[in-house]
Amino acid sequence: MILNLIVNGEKKQFHIEPNEMLVDVLRREGYKSVKKGCNTANCGTCTVLRDGKAILSCKTFAAAVEGSEITTLEAMGQTGPLHEIQQVFVDESAFQCGFCTPGLIMSTVEFLNDIKTREDQSVKESEIKERLKGNLCRCTGYESQLTALKKLVVQYGGEVVEDE
Amino acid sequence: MSDRAFKVVNHTEKKVDSHALVRGKGVFTEDLAPENALVVKLLKSPHAHARIKHIDASMAEQLEGIECVLTYKDIKPISYTRAGQGYPEPSPYDTHLLGQKVRFVGDTVALVAGKDLKTVKKALKLIEVEYEVLDPVLDFEHAMDEGTPVIHDQEDTVNIYDASRNLAQHYDMSIGDVDEIIKKSDVQIERAYYYPKAQQVPLENHTAFSYFDDKERLVVVSSTQVPFHARRILSHILEIPIRNIRVIKPRIGGGFGAKQGVIIEGYCALVTVKTGKPAMLVYDRKETFINTYTRHDMRVTVRIGADKTGKVKAIDMHALSNTGAYGDHALTVAMVCGSKTLPLYNKVEGVRFVSDIVYTNLPNAGAYRGYGAPQGLLALDAVLDELAYQVGKDPLVVKEMNTMKEGETSPIFKIMGEGREGVEQIVASCKLDQCIERGKVLSDWENKFAKYKDSIHSPEAKKTGKVRGIGCALAMQGSGIAKVDMASATMKMNDDGSFNLMVGATDLGTGSDTILSQIAAEELGVPLEYIHIYSSDTDRTPFDVGAYASSTTYVSGNAVWNTAKKVKQQILENAAKLLGCKVEELYVEQATVKNQTGDKSVTYADLCTKLFYTFDQMQIGATGSFVGDESPIPFMATFQEIEIDLETGQITPIEIVSVVDCGTAINPALAKGQVEGATLQALGPSLYEELTFSSKGTPTNASLFMYKIPDRSSYGKVTVELVDSYEPTGPFGAKSVSEIGIDSPTVTLLNAIYNATGIRFNKVPVSPEKMLKAIKKILE
Repeated sequence: MILNLIVNGEKKQFHIEPNEMLVDVLRREGYKSVKKGCNTANCGTCTVLRDGKAILSCKTFAAAVEGSEITTLEAMGQTGPLHEIQQVFVDESAFQCGFCTPGLIMSTVEFLNDIKTREDQSVKESEIKERLKGNLCRCTGYESQLTALKKLVVQYGGEVVEDE
Repeated sequence: MSDRAFKVVNHTEKKVDSHALVRGKGVFTEDLAPENALVVKLLKSPHAHARIKHIDASMAEQLEGIECVLTYKDIKPISYTRAGQGYPEPSPYDTHLLGQKVRFVGDTVALVAGKDLKTVKKALKLIEVEYEVLDPVLDFEHAMDEGTPVIHDQEDTVNIYDASRNLAQHYDMSIGDVDEIIKKSDVQIERAYYYPKAQQVPLENHTAFSYFDDKERLVVVSSTQVPFHARRILSHILEIPIRNIRVIKPRIGGGFGAKQGVIIEGYCALVTVKTGKPAMLVYDRKETFINTYTRHDMRVTVRIGADKTGKVKAIDMHALSNTGAYGDHALTVAMVCGSKTLPLYNKVEGVRFVSDIVYTNLPNAGAYRGYGAPQGLLALDAVLDELAYQVGKDPLVVKEMNTMKEGETSPIFKIMGEGREGVEQIVASCKLDQCIERGKVLSDWENKFAKYKDSIHSPEAKKTGKVRGIGCALAMQGSGIAKVDMASATMKMNDDGSFNLMVGATDLGTGSDTILSQIAAEELGVPLEYIHIYSSDTDRTPFDVGAYASSTTYVSGNAVWNTAKKVKQQILENAAKLLGCKVEELYVEQATVKNQTGDKSVTYADLCTKLFYTFDQMQIGATGSFVGDESPIPFMATFQEIEIDLETGQITPIEIVSVVDCGTAINPALAKGQVEGATLQALGPSLYEELTFSSKGTPTNASLFMYKIPDRSSYGKVTVELVDSYEPTGPFGAKSVSEIGIDSPTVTLLNAIYNATGIRFNKVPVSPEKMLKAIKKILE
């Protein structure tokens, strides 16, 4: 069957099998930033945005996202200056092997957009921790990622507040 | 040290691969595979212990789109070990790529390669197998019992200690009359502790692909920690000369020991050899759990004798280790259980270490960060903790008074190496005292230890339903295997004053490409961007044993340092000729050679351009290597504060503080990151990580849905600090830091539980159920 998508702003048409998962289609079509780590919707390495919302592409049938706008990490560019999220991840050493990084950055995009658009822009540390929960990382121990996300919250106009 | 003015090392430089990684570029093995690579999958055994009576693959072979089906009948039986270790390997040769006997649920029965996954999966179902099912051996504490089925009864094994008793390997050593000393001691304690079968869980599953290049040489691209061992082992099992094999490691998504073996490469290479076509094998998560490596689960028994002040007189340690179906890393992991824990307590008059490593019909264990030390320390430190309570002292005081100090040694260094004798060593850098002092302050140890002691019985606990506890532990590790691990590097100079650095060392995500570049840049007086590193390619980089045994910073780092020194000497000699002065008058700074009086200089770019085109033409370049005469020890003090919910049994780590002496941190952020990551990896098996099996040996939780690893909501805070230290034999004073962080957090959890409740668990993970049951018992 034919699948129509907008991927990273470009109109695309892919030939797919009806039972194919979105992660497999995206990887086959060259979006290699999308990773497969578990296939049980637990690790978050396959996270992409569908119409701005983070989804796990390993548990999403490709056919089910017909007509959607899909954003992968490639959207931030493969050359030139880094996106500010990428830059903060580099500055804070928020990754080691980098396998979980694309998924985590996509979750971060959604999170930061949420903060930008919501009324209360104060963000509790526990909320950031909760947000990090969906993206497993076995290398860093999450401390550097927490620091990076706190910094980004501030850069996106939010305010980090201590938990009570 | 603070008076050393480093320009590039000891600075948090950005990882040299960071842009590729944050952009999500296709730099991992699976991303790089040729599109036409055949898909390889394996048929797995449904039985824990069985012999293949009859196997018929003809229907699978005839399926449209299938290129190759292989069973034990199709290949020459060649015995080997998958363990990626120095040669000859200490691990027994007890494995065949495809054998007639299967030894755990999930063991490989046959291999299928075809055009796509769907077809291959269909073909797997068409292979008919008739098994003679044998009784499995599932309880490692009874694997050596009389009458137990023999797991390795084949004839072509090498180096199994006693196959008839399922005893893969055995080790014993003794100094002093341990029994007599303990018998005469005022305080005698003997306890057994159990460490579970946990899995490394690198986020990237094991992946490899292979093809023939235009010279018909076999190229294998793999997510391996050991490219050079992989080349050697592939040569052995495929009977292809080493010269016709090239192994490449691209970026890899974590290893932690799970990729310190030649686990998948043989299967896809076999398909390429048989078909002439590119082939790729990607393990799924279940296969990574079951078909790679796990930690050796162990029962470690520690018996000590001490005086009434808490001074330890003798330690007797016995480790019963479960290597599972095959003996990968069996002896060496067991030896590290003793050799990377016992020397820490070097004031004893007698010490004994004995280990039996047994086979069972369970997935096989192998290398896992810490490599035996976490299991050994769990028992040893918990017993010392208990000793402190018995003599009425602060556990930290008792542990510290018995530990090794700078300038001291331990006879164990000479006796115990890894798989063989070790080397003598005086500990030239040991700032454990500073680690302890700083950790005490950061964790508020003294205050909290007293406050939380037996707090379970306090009125406050009754009111809130929660109690807190705090525990401490001290740890050591090594920096490579002395006189065994060798690394090398090659450098050449370019005409803009930059350098290519080729290393066999293997960056698993740890950042070794970055820190090795930093070492070269520091020696040559150039900024980091002047060093272009290329690593882990057996054709294009010189030999390195690979990434394991905490060796890269120290061993590969010293190799790079030696190489950079040689290159610098060539630069100075050529600059001296060009400038008309003596080498002794010159020094390097900011990519320029200058003389002391400041009137003569030449930039690296000018010098190299002249050497290429107009003046005494030659290429500046060198190869250097390094093998350690010793294995300098990093030290660490860990403190863990926990909260226990008395109603649910839930244990929450509030803060884990680890203060580390790793010598000079070549890259402080990366060094701290190693310890932070290792801390969390230790937390998993403390609280919930353990592979479980049915009564027939079938895995029951081999998925990330069932087997939980820590996420960011699992704990409060991890605080890591590095103390000022300088190892005289290390590159710019560096020692290792990659493994030590995983050694002590687990036992600190048990110690913290005891501090709060007086309950001494002898087994991890401590699940909420177990905690709750124990709480109820004492509150009754």
